[in-house]
Amino acid sequence: MAVEPLTIAMPKGRIFEEALDLMRRSGFAIPDEFASDSRKLTVTLPEAGLQFFLAKPMDVAIYVEYGVADLGVVGKDVLLEEQRDVYELLDLRISPCKMAVAGLPSWKPAPNPRVATKYPVIAENYFKSRGEQVEVIKMNGSIELAPIVGLADRIVDIVSTGQTLRENGLVELEEIVSVTSRLIGNRASYRMKNTQIQKLSDRLAEVVQGSETIDPNRERSTVDS
Amino acid sequence: MVRPQSFEKPTGFRDFTPPFARKKRLLEERLQRQFSKWGYQEILTPTLEFYDTVGSASAVAEQRMFKCMDREGNTLVLKPDQTAPIARVVASLLKEEPLPIRLSYHSSVFRAQESETGRKAELLQSGIELIGLAGPEADVEVIRLAMEAVRACESTPFQIAIGHIGLLDTWLKERIEQNEQVIALKQALEQRNLAGYQQYVEQWINDQKLKDELLALLRVRKHPQESPFFQGSLQTDHQHLLDAWELLMALGEAESIVFDPSLTGNVGYYTGIVFEAYAADSGFPLLSGGRYDQLLSSFKRPLPATGFALQLDRLLEVSSLQEVEPSSTWVYYEQAYKQKAFLVAQEMREQGNVVILKRVDSILVDQEIDRDDLHVIYIGKE
Repeated sequence: MAVEPLTIAMPKGRIFEEALDLMRRSGFAIPDEFASDSRKLTVTLPEAGLQFFLAKPMDVAIYVEYGVADLGVVGKDVLLEEQRDVYELLDLRISPCKMAVAGLPSWKPAPNPRVATKYPVIAENYFKSRGEQVEVIKMNGSIELAPIVGLADRIVDIVSTGQTLRENGLVELEEIVSVTSRLIGNRASYRMKNTQIQKLSDRLAEVVQGSETIDPNRERSTVDS
Repeated sequence: MVRPQSFEKPTGFRDFTPPFARKKRLLEERLQRQFSKWGYQEILTPTLEFYDTVGSASAVAEQRMFKCMDREGNTLVLKPDQTAPIARVVASLLKEEPLPIRLSYHSSVFRAQESETGRKAELLQSGIELIGLAGPEADVEVIRLAMEAVRACESTPFQIAIGHIGLLDTWLKERIEQNEQVIALKQALEQRNLAGYQQYVEQWINDQKLKDELLALLRVRKHPQESPFFQGSLQTDHQHLLDAWELLMALGEAESIVFDPSLTGNVGYYTGIVFEAYAADSGFPLLSGGRYDQLLSSFKRPLPATGFALQLDRLLEVSSLQEVEPSSTWVYYEQAYKQKAFLVAQEMREQGNVVILKRVDSILVDQEIDRDDLHVIYIGKE
């Protein structure tokens, strides 16, 4: 059987850069001009037997579940939120951050607690597991605004360095889960292309193991928007 | 709630228009022919079952069942799978039937969908159950029949991943003392969360050798003997698996099977060999099955059993079978000649033709009759 290239769905943005860096260090010949700011949505690397396409981070798991992509790189936050039926193959330990509950420093339990978030599933499961009844409000951006303008008393969001929270006068109240990016695989691809996938995963795992010294708290210029 | 449009259907349910209905029937016929060749007889069970019997024995989570109530207030479910109802019949109506019992089915099963508007709530499944045989040959019969059935439908190349849930269980328990950790590891495998499994191992296991062994579980193997299950003392389960594997290889299936020690199967009642088949060009499993030696005891007739369920929707995607629309003859007739037309058509049908009657009320049919793609017979004034 001819070896078909592996199709990998990559999230646009910060994770993409770090994932590419990881792949380069694993010995994959990825040209420098292949960067997330390029307008090209697909890139094929025949020598490496790889084909990439760029997608919204939230959509990566969908592409992989439906088998349009064999593999994908995606944050654990997306996996927890989307609950897609995929193989979670490897913790790439890149883009570390956490999912946290935040609010104003003066936060006190409210009679009608409301939580604003881009991650309603994670928020709901978390508060349910704590036996707390809250109203979860799904927002699409600028979550930090919600406690300031009084829409909600708390938010659930990704916290990287905490800078966005600080700039908006918010503090982290509780950590829900720590988040890193994962290599995920389609169920059928994991079977039909197992040798290729295992090889790629092993190469990445080797580099990941070797780079454990990376400081997860090193400063980042941007916080997830 | 918004009142549905007149053409709407409940979420997750669909219509099969003639071309799809034709292909569905063609596939089911192919499958049934294969099932029959191995001595499996078709069985039909009701669409509704009691929640307390079939519902609770089924492996489908309660919140994913469609429930309703009968007049006495009993909770009913739309059958969530076919295996539990068959177990019920085997333990009751087929009680006196000599073992083993071989049954096949083509049926809809129902799953309430929480999210994703387009996901199916009514799944078409074809499958078999082999009840009353415990040996490895029974597992091979079921796996081999699954392969033959898929091949009979001219699927794209496929592969069957085989695991053994009983071996996995004992193997983990032999190595890890704390039961909660065993449960957490198994749960990670069930959810296909290999990264999570790795993380637990890193976190809980200090001994490097044991750590490596546990991580080696995640590798897919060409042969079960290469898996970590076979490092250490061998039990009956090991021999059972090896015997089954050797027989499959001897039957020439080595290329189509792999051993995945981390495979748990998607069904809670599995006890032994489990398997899943995947075909090229489809991202979802084509069929899954396994041994379930405990399920029958919930219907008070403890018997070993194994079987599989094939997802017909996936087979529709990967099967290259083309069902051609049968060619038909049109019998055009004038009103005064209707009796003759009916008799002519009947005679032609008896000869095996598809014949459609059409009354002609005006003369404008000339160009219709001359159409090349229509086979037309005209009955009327010459």
